[in-house]
Amino acid sequence: MNKGVAITGMGIISSIGNTVEENYNSLVQSKNGISKISKIKTRHKDVIKVGEISFSNDELIRQLNLPESNNYSRTALLGVIAAKQAITNATINEGFDCRTGLISATSVGGMDKTEQYFYEYLTDKKNRKYIEGHHAGDSTQKIAAQLGITDFVTTISTACSSSANAIMLGARLIKAGKLDRVVVGGSDCLSKFTINGFKSLMILSDTDCAPFDENRKGLNLGEAAAFLVLESDKIVKNNNKKVLAYVSGYGNSNDAFHQTASSENGDGATLAMQKALKISGLKPEQIDYINAHGTATSNNDLSESKAIRRVFADNIPDISSTKAFTGHTLAAAAAIEAVYAILAIQHNIIFPNLNFKTAIEETGIVPVTTIKEKEITHVLSNSFGFGGNCSTLIFSK
Amino acid sequence: MSHCYINSVGCISIQHTSDQTQFLDEVVIYDKNVIPVIPPNYKAYIPPVAARRMAKGVKMGVVASNLALKEAAVESPDAIITGTGMGCLIDSEKFLAAIIDNDEEYLTPTSFIQSTHNTVGAQVALGLKCNAYNFTYVHAAVSFESCLIDAQLMLNEEEASTILVGGIDELGPITTKYHELVHHVKDGEIDTSKLLDSKTSGSIFAEGAAFFVLSDKKQESTYAQFIDVEIISDLSIEALQNRVHNFLDQNNVSSKDIDAVVLGNNGDVDYDDYYKELQTTIFADTQQLYYKHLSGEFSTASSFGFWIASKILKNQQVPDVLKMNIKEVKTYKNILLYNQYRGKNHSLVLIQSC
Repeated sequence: MNKGVAITGMGIISSIGNTVEENYNSLVQSKNGISKISKIKTRHKDVIKVGEISFSNDELIRQLNLPESNNYSRTALLGVIAAKQAITNATINEGFDCRTGLISATSVGGMDKTEQYFYEYLTDKKNRKYIEGHHAGDSTQKIAAQLGITDFVTTISTACSSSANAIMLGARLIKAGKLDRVVVGGSDCLSKFTINGFKSLMILSDTDCAPFDENRKGLNLGEAAAFLVLESDKIVKNNNKKVLAYVSGYGNSNDAFHQTASSENGDGATLAMQKALKISGLKPEQIDYINAHGTATSNNDLSESKAIRRVFADNIPDISSTKAFTGHTLAAAAAIEAVYAILAIQHNIIFPNLNFKTAIEETGIVPVTTIKEKEITHVLSNSFGFGGNCSTLIFSK
Repeated sequence: MSHCYINSVGCISIQHTSDQTQFLDEVVIYDKNVIPVIPPNYKAYIPPVAARRMAKGVKMGVVASNLALKEAAVESPDAIITGTGMGCLIDSEKFLAAIIDNDEEYLTPTSFIQSTHNTVGAQVALGLKCNAYNFTYVHAAVSFESCLIDAQLMLNEEEASTILVGGIDELGPITTKYHELVHHVKDGEIDTSKLLDSKTSGSIFAEGAAFFVLSDKKQESTYAQFIDVEIISDLSIEALQNRVHNFLDQNNVSSKDIDAVVLGNNGDVDYDDYYKELQTTIFADTQQLYYKHLSGEFSTASSFGFWIASKILKNQQVPDVLKMNIKEVKTYKNILLYNQYRGKNHSLVLIQSC
């Protein structure tokens, strides 16, 4: 059986750590990154709980040695940090001697700057340099420039499943022999736009979110970026590369039910998981761990639970959502959870689903709530987004 | 390798393109720099209740996709792949203004819900009850070409047989104002028919939606065969000729085989040199066509170029309004499209008659 597409590097920055190692340490110590908003100028400061990254923009700019004239949004800054880590981790220092691409994902793009200077742009020239940084492709363009990738560069935005689709496209391009190496992932910063958007939908929890709990009250938002390096078998072989794990399956489907709500029985989610299993050639019983989308909204967790029941019947593998650690990081969520899936495989460990007390009555799914060690070969990771976008990835040892 | 046929088109633009039987028979010339689309009969395609919630871009996308699906006689495609550079600007601006004007209070979610970049793809899927693969690309001037890459990959890997692809961008009033402030929109009003003579920075801004059904099977409605696409994020003028030659070589055609080259000239004196580089060298003796004086500039304006090229190959005729040079062509077999915006995000697309 074909093992899938090799992952040779990863990088991450989230509210639970600025590196892969820091993220791992927080996960195994059950240390979450959720706190009251402290860094964004908003009337919800010190009230709404989110997963904020500790570095300010100025600190990130210093770390990256950017000139004062730069027009980086926070999404771009976080993206560059994580993508550079991934390249270093993949021990790519020989330059790009092969067909290399970049596929990033974002939902807010440069919205953090646009909301800051929304009216100021009209009257004051000072910050107009950020106008060009608004569109979703801009952060990707900046990551590409920082990594020196000049050819195949694109961006995907399918709301909260975006980076799953970036990883999926990357794997498909490598498989088809269109690229030899591709950096895939996503980046999203916190913004007043998304905080108020989710608040107006009344799906923000006023406390730490509790995925899959009967009494869950909604989600916490977060910010993060994560990238993986995917390489062809030929590059791996010729350079004797260490493979962290493989992308062995992927599936995308549309729920076609409602712009923001999931269908009652999780039709799109079911199809995405089934497609991913088919591509991987795995049977449901071979999945050792499900890293669920599990946002802790009433609608998602019920619908996802039902979909999981439809795919796995009564043999549901160990399952947890790591959203209670990081918050829901929107377009970056699938990429950071890909890193967590790889860590689960490398360390044979399942990360706990924090804040869970009571199973959802209708489905009875009980997630893993304390660190669990066991042999892990295959991890299934779900990500669903507005617009009915449902994506599943499978990672294998 | 599967074949990839362009089996239908559907286009909403600042020209009369929603009438499928016409091909620029009656050209509209404007004397402004920001131009909204000529509205199609939205009511014929979208129930009024649904239409009330939809911003213009979503409505344009729904109508253009409807036109394409109908012409190809496809009820539900195996994949829906959309591209948009700026996304749902109208709803984004609306929600942002509400946040700021009301100091983050009394907000309703409607415009937030409709503001995500994949709204058009989602609404098309919802309308068709289509559970198929659904992707949205948002990478500036290559948003539409990214859809073509994905579609080609799907057909070659036999992951799908019938794919709906489309590019959509709408004008948002505030974002347009920003683009005027940084002079990406030309200063002062110009006659769009003289766009290339303007000798000034920036271009004319517009909006539009162009959808296509791509398939591995040829049928009576087929326009042309889509052969290949390449995107290049960063490219110097000096390296351009080489990249074009490489692209043609990969597809076993020479520059002499290209019957017409469709270029993205937008009258921006700072960046049209990229096109000039090809116009004066490789394609000096080739028929040179342009279209942005008819479509205006927007991130997915190149989908209008793809519409033009498809129409030419099917009709075997080129409206004079597209011509930049005088060159007799008897039959059109190969058309090459090249586009870039402000020196970034270059794309090459080859399509062929069949």
